[in-house]
Amino acid sequence: MKYDVLIAGAGVTGAMAARELSRYQLSVCLLEKENDVACGASKANSGIVHGGFDPEPGTLKAKLNAEGIGLLYEAAAQLHVPCKQNGSMVCAFGAEEEPAIDELYQRGLQNGIGSMAILSGDEARKLEPNLSEAITKVLHIPAAGIICPYDLTIAAVGNAMDNGVELKRNFEIDKIDCVDGFVVTSTEGEQVEGRYFLNCAGNHADEVAELIGDRFYDIIPRAGEYMLLDKAEGSRVSHTIFQVPSKEGKGILVSPTVDGNLLCGPTAAKVAGPEHNETTNGGLAIVQRLAAKSVPSVNFRQVITSFTGVRSSEKNGDFIIEESKKQKGFIHVAAIDSPGLTSCVAVAKYALNILKESGLELVEKENWDGSREDTHAFRKMNDEEKDAFIKANPTYGKIVCRCETVSEGEIRDAIRRNPQAWDIDSVKRRTRSGMGRCQGGFCSPYVMKLIAEELGIPMEQVSKNGKGSEPLLGKL
Amino acid sequence: MNRDLICIICPRGCMLHVEEQNGELCVSGNACPRGKQYAIDECTNPLRTITSIVRVSNREDTMVSVKTANPIPKGKIFDAMEKIRAVSVEAPVKIGDVILNDVFGADIVATKDVE
Amino acid sequence: MVQHDIVIIGGGPAGMAAAVAAYDNGVKDVVILDREEDLGGILRQCIHNGFGLHKLGQELTGPEYAAVYKEKVKERGIKVFYESTVTAVSPDKIVTARNREGILKIQAKAVILAMGCRERSRGALNTPGTRPAGVYSAGTAQKLMNCEGYMVGKKVVILGSGDIGLIMARRMSLEGAKVEAVCEILPYSGGLNRNIVQCLEDYGIPLYLNTTVAEIHGTKRVEGVTIAQVDANRNIIEETKRYIDCDTLLLSVGLIPENELTREAGIAISPVTSGALVDENCQTSIEGIFACGNVLQVHDLVDYVSDEAERAGIGAVSYVLGENKGSISVATKAGKGVRYVLPQTVHTDSGKDTALFLRVTEPFGKVRFTVTSGDEILATAQRLKAAPGEMEKLIIPAEKLARVKEEIVVTLDELN
Repeated sequence: MKYDVLIAGAGVTGAMAARELSRYQLSVCLLEKENDVACGASKANSGIVHGGFDPEPGTLKAKLNAEGIGLLYEAAAQLHVPCKQNGSMVCAFGAEEEPAIDELYQRGLQNGIGSMAILSGDEARKLEPNLSEAITKVLHIPAAGIICPYDLTIAAVGNAMDNGVELKRNFEIDKIDCVDGFVVTSTEGEQVEGRYFLNCAGNHADEVAELIGDRFYDIIPRAGEYMLLDKAEGSRVSHTIFQVPSKEGKGILVSPTVDGNLLCGPTAAKVAGPEHNETTNGGLAIVQRLAAKSVPSVNFRQVITSFTGVRSSEKNGDFIIEESKKQKGFIHVAAIDSPGLTSCVAVAKYALNILKESGLELVEKENWDGSREDTHAFRKMNDEEKDAFIKANPTYGKIVCRCETVSEGEIRDAIRRNPQAWDIDSVKRRTRSGMGRCQGGFCSPYVMKLIAEELGIPMEQVSKNGKGSEPLLGKL
Repeated sequence: MNRDLICIICPRGCMLHVEEQNGELCVSGNACPRGKQYAIDECTNPLRTITSIVRVSNREDTMVSVKTANPIPKGKIFDAMEKIRAVSVEAPVKIGDVILNDVFGADIVATKDVE
Repeated sequence: MVQHDIVIIGGGPAGMAAAVAAYDNGVKDVVILDREEDLGGILRQCIHNGFGLHKLGQELTGPEYAAVYKEKVKERGIKVFYESTVTAVSPDKIVTARNREGILKIQAKAVILAMGCRERSRGALNTPGTRPAGVYSAGTAQKLMNCEGYMVGKKVVILGSGDIGLIMARRMSLEGAKVEAVCEILPYSGGLNRNIVQCLEDYGIPLYLNTTVAEIHGTKRVEGVTIAQVDANRNIIEETKRYIDCDTLLLSVGLIPENELTREAGIAISPVTSGALVDENCQTSIEGIFACGNVLQVHDLVDYVSDEAERAGIGAVSYVLGENKGSISVATKAGKGVRYVLPQTVHTDSGKDTALFLRVTEPFGKVRFTVTSGDEILATAQRLKAAPGEMEKLIIPAEKLARVKEEIVVTLDELN
């Protein structure tokens, strides 16, 4: 069969494109090289809904960020992805940095950001008492927010699949033949054909572009290291706290997460390739030092994990969303770095418009359903509701992950529901099992059993994140 | 012979000193008689208790823990493991049930009940 | 809501011993809530021997030690709720749990916290590098091997020389794995001497002190680790970095009492032990709520867990029956050479000899412990050696305690 549209990459951009395309009478196939969706930058970023003051006015980033905020909140509500409009603060430390606040304010006006305020250090500390005394001036953006990026990606893919989109995992693109559309071959020799092709391959977008002879940009992989702290630190701040860009670098933020943890990071280091998602001694030290500069009382003894996300930037600094000049029907959706998460729905709609202009006929489905069941519904119930639910569904009464209180029923659902969790990390991203303070120490053996049982595979084949990452090396 | 040892009989971990005097081993530093015996054994025929697991053949994914009922020669540990690894048992199993007879001088017994 | 006199959270060695002691001392309406399908807690996976010498006078394996107490619980007909995870304890002693039947709420007269501890994870160490499969906390590996019957690694490096790490070094060697090294960031091992002998030396496994894992390598599965020596401030000495090829990294880097329920109940926690502040009956800052076992302080011997749990059980009985356990209390304090003293308060008018438990700050040779209050010496004790890995116990005689008016301080002096 020949699909109407092939999408390369199931990060948040590809996921939202898939969901937007699923509104129409089209056959769509989403190709992902990993064992799950959201395995690149979409699983490891700041999770910020950016206010929109940052991008240079007139750029695609500025436009799609401003358009994207409302669209993102709307999509998150439909998909039942928790997000919170907690507001952000950009902090200046002393007279030297204060002019930057005014500049950002002016930029924000030009980018069409509705509500912003400039506060003195003391005014800001009234709202956010743990801010450093050294902070003298603050840009406050109430519309900014926080969202879980992989939760959003998983939900968008799930919703797209519920509306007919196909997902092929472990499909790493090896070759694209441009004959009457696109014939795409994976490294394993599997082939799919499509009339149109959306290149949402993130850090690999340039390599995919090269396969059709149209690599006119190079993705510059930039590693950002983060530290995630226990929920005991989750209320250290309520806003997302940025610093004005300085010679020490830019963008170490301190932010609560929607799940109640505290996130500090990221660094920004050019790395040799997207596979360099390791943390470093130096990077983690920078995160600690600069986070403590904004919020001195952060207790780093409460770190539960650290991780690195590799973002795909490009030398011109803007998103690249356009049809290939070499191959009609091939759309580049590349260099979607920050504010890519905030802009994801706007990016998807923008790309769809290009597809339409290129000749793809968009006829709406009558039965499209943009809402997804609330996968966190059980977590939100009160004790009486939980009791009634467990009586009807006893597996919800068996707690598997004690740190995050995740039940067997929730884990089984995650393995069954679109997009199915096939490995330990995928279960973790969907349910938070193993994401708490013990980091899976207690629950991972049980989670492995559930995966083995649900997928009908032996325990030794259960992996952490796909082939080659099996924790068990055989039976004793 | 002149040796310093750490006693492994109990968690106290006494520092033992063994000296050969007139063909006899003299032990000092021990807080109890078991420590003396340990030191002499360690210098003449070191012994260890081995613990492991054995698969329960008629119960899915079930293991029963086992031990040597008494210590065996230290040099036979891996040979004993080979023998333990080669067997499986059928439930029900009771603590103390002999799973293998006379493995280098010790029975292999269950340390857990499996119903 | 159902009602029970004493509700015990956790059915490991502490919970079982507390239940038995409570029952035997006069409160029959005792229930245990346990999250697993069987009693025994972490002992179920500790198949090695070395348990019970003090308490039971015989050397047992973990499952055997657990079986002794399981039998006692069974004989007494003490009700156990299996696979029941407690999600909340309120200050007025309503215990909320969840199991396959629904949400269970119990109004207790007294509660005994016996939830045990968890292992510190890689995340808490901030070890740089990738995040591949094959990095386990030692206890997780132990469970997968001893309870589930799987091999978790073939070429292994172990970070941390606590007892679980040492025991796992031997266990993996017995199953044919090559344990390349045990690295300990401190200048001494936190494990028992006997375990260094019978778990490392017996198998020719090197123990590197002042050494840590500086980086983890491997994309899908661990491919190796970089180890390095550290200086006195625990900073890595670059030129000592060395790569070790391995497929597995086990972490045995400390145990943390699992006090999330305790904190949420509003019970005061010691920053040193990470467990509740208690009196000599193991009563916490909330009257009628007791704590014992590894949720109170991390023990090196299960025998002492059982002892402590019995005190908590008896304490809970006295509370339920309204007996007077004393009304005048003083604080205890760790002096020179002592990291902590537990209990943190003691009643001076209890009329009973009272035990203090403590850990030292670093390894010492011959030492004398002195327990003082003001000018009066309440107790002294000498030891041929003292190490942070070994809990010490000192007894204050009742008649001396009765005269105490001021803070009780324990100090350590080195002897030659």
